Amino acid sequence: MKAPVSWIREYVDLPADVSVEDLAARLTALGLKLEALEKPGADVTGPLVVGRVLTMDPEPQKNGKTINWCTVDVGAANGTGQPQGIVCGAHNFAPGDLVVVVLPGGVLPGGFEISERKTYGHLSAGMICSAKELGLGDDHSGIIVLPADAGEPGDSVREYLLLDDDVIEFEINPDRAYALSLRGVSREAALATGAMFTDPAARNVPAPNGEGYPVEIDDLEGCPVFVARTVSGFDPTASTPRWMARRIQLAGMRPISLAVDVTNYVMLEMGHPIHGYDADKLQGTVRVRRATPGEKLTTLDDVERTLDAGDLVVVDDSGPIGLGGVMGGATTEMSDATTNIMVEVASWDPVSMFRTGKRHKLSSEAGKRNERGVDPTIPEAAADRVVELLVEHGGGTAGPGVTKVGTAPTSPVVTIPASLPARITGMDIEPATVIENLTAIGCNVDGDETLVVVPPPWRRDISDPFDLVEEVARIVGYENVPSVLPPAPAGRGLTQGQQLRRRVGRTLAGAGYVEVLTFPFVGPEAFDTLELGADDVRRTALRLANPLSAEAPLMTTTLLPGVLETLARNVGRGTTDVAIFEAATVTLPHVGIASPILPVDRRPTEGEWDDLNKALPDQPLHLALALTGDRDPAGWWGGGRPVSWSDPIETVREVAAALGVEVEIRTGSAQPWHPGRCAEVFAGGRSLGHAGELHPRVCKALGVPARTAVAEIDLSALLELAVAVAPAPEFSTFPVAKEDVALQVAVEVASEDVAATLREGAGPLCESVRLFDVYTGEQVGAGQKSLAFALRFRAPDRTLTEAETGEARAAAVALAAERHGAVQR
Amino acid sequence: MSGPNSSYDPVQVTPLGEEQVFAMRDEALAAIEAAADLEALKQVRSDHAGDRSPLGLANREIGALPPQARKDVGMRVGQARGAVNQALAARQEVLEEAAEEQMLLTETVDVTLPWDRRSRGARHPITTMSERIADTFVAMGWEVAEGPLVEAEWLNFDALNLGADHPARTMQDTFWTEPAENHVVLRTHTSPVQARTMLTRTPPIYVVCPGRVFRTDEYDATHSPMFHQVEGLVIDEGITMAHLKGSLDHFAQATFGEGITTRFRPSYFPFTEPSAEVDLICFVCRGSGLNETGDATCRTCRGEGWIEWGGCGVVNPRVLVACGVDPERYTGFAFGMGIDRTLMFRHGVEDLRSFFEGDVRFSRAFGTEI
Ligand SMILES: [Zn+2]
Repeated sequence: MKAPVSWIREYVDLPADVSVEDLAARLTALGLKLEALEKPGADVTGPLVVGRVLTMDPEPQKNGKTINWCTVDVGAANGTGQPQGIVCGAHNFAPGDLVVVVLPGGVLPGGFEISERKTYGHLSAGMICSAKELGLGDDHSGIIVLPADAGEPGDSVREYLLLDDDVIEFEINPDRAYALSLRGVSREAALATGAMFTDPAARNVPAPNGEGYPVEIDDLEGCPVFVARTVSGFDPTASTPRWMARRIQLAGMRPISLAVDVTNYVMLEMGHPIHGYDADKLQGTVRVRRATPGEKLTTLDDVERTLDAGDLVVVDDSGPIGLGGVMGGATTEMSDATTNIMVEVASWDPVSMFRTGKRHKLSSEAGKRNERGVDPTIPEAAADRVVELLVEHGGGTAGPGVTKVGTAPTSPVVTIPASLPARITGMDIEPATVIENLTAIGCNVDGDETLVVVPPPWRRDISDPFDLVEEVARIVGYENVPSVLPPAPAGRGLTQGQQLRRRVGRTLAGAGYVEVLTFPFVGPEAFDTLELGADDVRRTALRLANPLSAEAPLMTTTLLPGVLETLARNVGRGTTDVAIFEAATVTLPHVGIASPILPVDRRPTEGEWDDLNKALPDQPLHLALALTGDRDPAGWWGGGRPVSWSDPIETVREVAAALGVEVEIRTGSAQPWHPGRCAEVFAGGRSLGHAGELHPRVCKALGVPARTAVAEIDLSALLELAVAVAPAPEFSTFPVAKEDVALQVAVEVASEDVAATLREGAGPLCESVRLFDVYTGEQVGAGQKSLAFALRFRAPDRTLTEAETGEARAAAVALAAERHGAVQR
Repeated sequence: MSGPNSSYDPVQVTPLGEEQVFAMRDEALAAIEAAADLEALKQVRSDHAGDRSPLGLANREIGALPPQARKDVGMRVGQARGAVNQALAARQEVLEEAAEEQMLLTETVDVTLPWDRRSRGARHPITTMSERIADTFVAMGWEVAEGPLVEAEWLNFDALNLGADHPARTMQDTFWTEPAENHVVLRTHTSPVQARTMLTRTPPIYVVCPGRVFRTDEYDATHSPMFHQVEGLVIDEGITMAHLKGSLDHFAQATFGEGITTRFRPSYFPFTEPSAEVDLICFVCRGSGLNETGDATCRTCRGEGWIEWGGCGVVNPRVLVACGVDPERYTGFAFGMGIDRTLMFRHGVEDLRSFFEGDVRFSRAFGTEI
């Protein structure tokens, strides 16, 4: 909402010592937030004067244009009194006309400095201005031709043009619809300064009579009040007075024609939307009803709309002629030939307005006000004001008929204890202050301890006791709220899950990984690129109804597309060694039930609460890793170690270890991993995910370096297995006995399985089994590999004999032979 | 001078004269002094202090001497051997020190060689900032609450006094999921976590909820379809706006430093009444609106002296009712701030997209804590 300060002053006698900045700050403190302060006219400086065109010689140019070489009398403004020679491109004037001249030394909006300059073969000393060049509107059709009373040549023209003003632009919150008008802003300005306020809507209006335009309302809930007035013999060529056009322009709207401008002006003035009809185009009784589904209406914006049963329409004998309260219809639109006008000021149900606006994607100045709720008691005043202005500036006669159908709904009665504002805000607010402040905003207040409050009709947002608390608080001043720490009870600190997630992040950062956060939006192409099978569960993704990009309408089921894209971006920017991780939720939909829209006047039942949650997809926390380049860079110490398939596997182990969880790594097979370099991670008897080298085809398709390694695991599942309270270990202090075992097995046998077998076979005396070498080559033959394990034995209560150790070792080897066909070497 | 008797026969020995012993001693001492390194000293030890050295042999002969000679000779030889051993030990120490010095000298390296064997990892500043904020409140006895990102429409809107026909719903551009009749959305704020908390705990409730939220904003330097918020919720008996102000002042100081407090401006949120915008004293210019040299406006607050930080208010009793809290007994307050935004002005991040591009150089600058 843009409010010219000159307009505010019309209703409020602002104290002289209150500057515009101060006023804006005070209004901000009251809840009308300052968005911008504009000083229209401030960007026009220097001599701007009335000039009389003396001569005007058209001179055709080579480029096809014709310019006018003019001499203009600017009085003594140019210091010489001699006529000023000026080149002008416009043609809408004639010798003898008064025009607006900016002389050399002047500056126009945009920092456009005026000086004497050679142009089209003349020395042009100044400029004859159009409205647009002065920032006075969009009219660029020609220069401004002033009426005879504008002044004498050489007189300053700033004041006459209403060039200078201050405009405060406010950001109006949805609950302060009344402030979408000068009436509302001025009322607040009066409240902010203690000045007197004159209500523009307080007018003596003619009483309704039976002679007005016939109107009927079928739906009094949708349209409780409809006021109609008429003007006949209006001059459609009459122009809008400059002050009105200027105010409309400064308020951020565009002047169009007198009839339209008057309705907009009064809307800005009082906050009530108004619609004008060409009365000659109306056929019979005007009626308000709900639309019949499928009914058609072409609105003022020339869009044919198919109406919904919820839309409120204004109809006459011809059918729909307007979308009530939102936008008028094309068939009864006022035109440049309209001489008879019917003025409609009607009150509409805000919810219907909101729905209709949303349904038809229509946003208008009228709709914006009607859907927030306007003062239903002022339609007669607004209509009367419109008639007054139409008659005053457009000639014609006010029709004697005054139609008023329906009655304004009454404001709700709100009862509050006078102590409530103090109790809620923590400020010392006496009951007397409460009564005083509520009265100041227009409430009718009764009582002393318990207040019976009737909010004013323009405050349709006030319905609850707490609404009144806010009103009192903002007038007392939010800056007076004391600062007191609440007495919180002893808390339990972070939950185990929260602590463990931090631990995972720190572990990964310690292991050299950098955390990234990616958007969860993907398209099916992302799954294709990862070569997910047609029946891969990860293809079942939640779809967004209104994605930002049509290419990414799905909520991702895997973090890999995001981390791999991020990895590629880093490589593209020249970071060749990258190790990144992301820990975020993925969305795994299940065949869902609908989430109920429950009542809000009570707590949901347990069944309803369950339904609410059951409708949501599973959203487990995943962890993804992606690496490329060197894991350990090369340097003076020697060569680097390139990232390998084993790095993400090792990191998964590291993370699990940090959580006290032992994971089991098995040979895996999943997309998008290299079929021979994919490990599946198990813990607690279930699969957590996969780790290894990315499939070469996928690397190529994604544009990431070959041998990029990735992992993705279900971190939620891993966290569930975390050891909450680690038990102290028991270990023997007797000497350790070490035995090495080299076993030859087929290459496809997993070393992890052999190790597990050795551990099992060696029995309780075996303290650890560690693989320390893998050999493939001539000595073991094709299809075979040799695995070298270091076994450590120890008893809790004695030094082991060689015989005991040997026996345990033999048992381990025997079991490996039995299970895996292992041959000792 | 009689040399050592190699074919030693105790019966025939004659006691060694004083001069002879002195000569042996002096010879040994001279050799010790002459030993240049530990190796040479080892040889000297064997030649002059070993069992087969002249003094060693002389010592062995003592037992064979007649009793009257033993005492004298024993004393003489003993003294001489003592002197030699002492000299050996001293020389040993000197030579060891020298050898060590030499070794350290030869082992000298260029310690300025770069040692970037492993690139440093880092956590995301949004993660660490969320944790920092959580810690501030946990230290006050609050707890950290969480909820799903894909959320029930009722919890995201209706329960928060944002009914289907509430004009404020259009203020938040919501991502809706298909099918529409399932009424599931991407949460547009962390407020549904507040509703969940009220529905699953009993007051007193003191929680803070940092988290990820979504709005259908086009992605640019100041907008993102995904961003992060932190909200706080307190429900207790006798809670007032003053407690809200106190909590936010504390939060502001914990995050931006001593003396950086907040101010309230009236505002509107459906879930709070009264509602306020929260501004923060600019922590760079400390409210002056001027830059360091005082000749231009402060870049951080653009000369305002205040920074818009978030929204807050007293929990609307309608929300309490929908979430099963007795509005006659309890009051509460809630607040919400953007974590990304907070980081942007706290650390001078110019472009919101820096948070989501994942350039490792960005996160690394913030390390593992913030
Ligand atoms: Zn500042």
